[in-house]
Amino acid sequence: MAQKMTKFKSVAMISSGLLIGLALIFNLIGKDYFIDPILIVATVLTGIPVVYFALQALRMKYMSIDLLVSIAIIGAIFIGEYVESSVVGFLFLFGSYLEARTLARTRQSIQSLMALAPEEATLLKDGQEVVVSVSDVALNDIVIVKAGGKVPVDGDIISGEAQLNEAMMTGESVPREKTTSDAVFSGTIVDEGYIKVQAKKVGEDTAFSQIIELVEEAQDQKSQTEKFLDRFSHYYTPGVVILSSIVYLLTRDLHLAITFLVIACPGALVIGAPVSNVSGIGNAAKNGVLLKGGDAIDRFKQATTFMFDKTGTLTKGEPAVTNQVSFIDEDWLFVVAELERHSEHHLGRAIVDYAKKTETLTDCHLDVTLVKGQGLFGFYDGVRYLIGNRRLMDEHDIALARDVHEQIETEEAQGKTAVIVAKEKKVIGYLVINDVIRAEAKDALLQLKKYGVRDLVMLTGDNEKTAQYVAKQLGITSVRAELQPKDKLEEIKQRQQRGEKVVMVGDGVNDAPALALADIGIAMGLSGTDVAIETADVVVMNDRLDKMVHAYRLAKATVRNRTQNIALALLTVFFLLLGVLNGTIHLASGMFVHEASVLIVIINGMRLIRFRLRK
Amino acid sequence: MLETIKLEQLGCPSCVKKIEVGVKQQDGVNSVDVLFNSSKVKVDFDEETITRKDIEVVIEKLGYTVKG
Repeated sequence: MAQKMTKFKSVAMISSGLLIGLALIFNLIGKDYFIDPILIVATVLTGIPVVYFALQALRMKYMSIDLLVSIAIIGAIFIGEYVESSVVGFLFLFGSYLEARTLARTRQSIQSLMALAPEEATLLKDGQEVVVSVSDVALNDIVIVKAGGKVPVDGDIISGEAQLNEAMMTGESVPREKTTSDAVFSGTIVDEGYIKVQAKKVGEDTAFSQIIELVEEAQDQKSQTEKFLDRFSHYYTPGVVILSSIVYLLTRDLHLAITFLVIACPGALVIGAPVSNVSGIGNAAKNGVLLKGGDAIDRFKQATTFMFDKTGTLTKGEPAVTNQVSFIDEDWLFVVAELERHSEHHLGRAIVDYAKKTETLTDCHLDVTLVKGQGLFGFYDGVRYLIGNRRLMDEHDIALARDVHEQIETEEAQGKTAVIVAKEKKVIGYLVINDVIRAEAKDALLQLKKYGVRDLVMLTGDNEKTAQYVAKQLGITSVRAELQPKDKLEEIKQRQQRGEKVVMVGDGVNDAPALALADIGIAMGLSGTDVAIETADVVVMNDRLDKMVHAYRLAKATVRNRTQNIALALLTVFFLLLGVLNGTIHLASGMFVHEASVLIVIINGMRLIRFRLRK
Repeated sequence: MLETIKLEQLGCPSCVKKIEVGVKQQDGVNSVDVLFNSSKVKVDFDEETITRKDIEVVIEKLGYTVKG
């Protein structure tokens, strides 16, 4: 019944609209005696669904907006104002139709995210390939993904290799090479290649589904303003009924009382705030930032101080070779990388990764001896090489020239590590390795300052030298190094006591308490640990600090937009009531202005979907 | 038992209140949370007193279509 009535709503809307138009034509050609019957039919058509839903709600002891409109329609018929009764009914249905249509637009950002969801999977069953729906893939099933296909599950590659576009997870559209034992994620696309994947997470457990779930729930998390408006609207409808009864009792003017009732409908006021939040959160999601709800937006907007963890947040968190210094003409990088292949040390891996950019390494086994805490030595083509720190050179009686010694000390003063390379008894060069600062970090921090953030602070567990060096590069003036997690908390507390609104940006498990304590916690999504992501109010999915700045500006714009909407709604109601009381606004024109204000508020909110940072 | 019921897109925020108040009044329902933007209803209910089906019927009676 209720569903039929929902469908009937649009029939009633269209036919009553046509009937009102017809009545207007009869009025113009002077055949007035047709008008009233036509308008009465139109009123009854629109009245049926409105009254039906009002009664349904009333049976659940709830006074809905439909009730206000029902009273108005019935009242208008009662006093013989058929134009008003039909127009009010029509505008109400038409308004809610437009409202639903435009609201669908604000939800489209999440829908475009959802469109990325895989639908089919190619299952490998008893040596046969079977195409099934994604929902039919079970844990540990083997799926095949070919070029152009979407990975249907989270899992590990068990054979094959492929170039994967992980834009959906990272916002980065440069494909990444993956091979056996690498993890792949649902929703990412195989650009080239062919892989067999064993499912480790399926359906709603995949990282992709979790992201959608988080965004959806964030959009529904209410800000303080909304919570207030919610409570407000609960008493508002009965309040309006009572008030208009009082107006009637005082003036004995039924027409005035009914007009009052319709005009006071809370439409724009109720929808104004959520529409801003949904658009704002949607925009952020498209830019790879998850804002966890309207409340988080409120607090983010007020931020005065940004505190950053260093490793993994301002820097990439992985050491990389940034400089190669050679004292001879011969190119030794290939040989060094071949020897370092045998090391599991993270500095060794950094050297191998660096060499891979220009050299093609083999996988031959070489005679290599690893020396813990020092480095390694080994033979290549019968020549002995030593690769490691100064202690390794000392132990093997290899002397460092004074200028080399000084150069290395300068590097170390900047928090970098030098790996010395010796061929037989002679030092032939060194490699400088350090944790690379994120490319966009400096610019992002500069922008934060520009947009009114008062203090930028770096909190790190790392040593003073490295911390100072990174801070200097980024223009951070306030640095606290060699901190324990609890020291970070202390620092945040102190600032909060001084009345500062503190944002903490971090990625590690050790940052989680600080993320929770700060007024706003921001976690890095890629390098971030699960704990950090769950605790944070804001998650930067692609680890890009410039997107975090975007979100900060967006939070401000969203709150501004919400305030505009509430102000507009209140002003509309205020002026309409004034108009009603002095007789310039009538039932139909009041209803029109009222519906228009609802649409304006929605359209204003939708501006946020296109919000962008000006360069 | 906590269950999530998906609805056809909700058109107006006032629907939220209608569903919330309506479902809340049923015996055996402990708490209701209507998510307007994702058009979902999260209901915590006592499965010995009321079934998911009963709750869906209540929501449909109020004029909203339950999905799937």
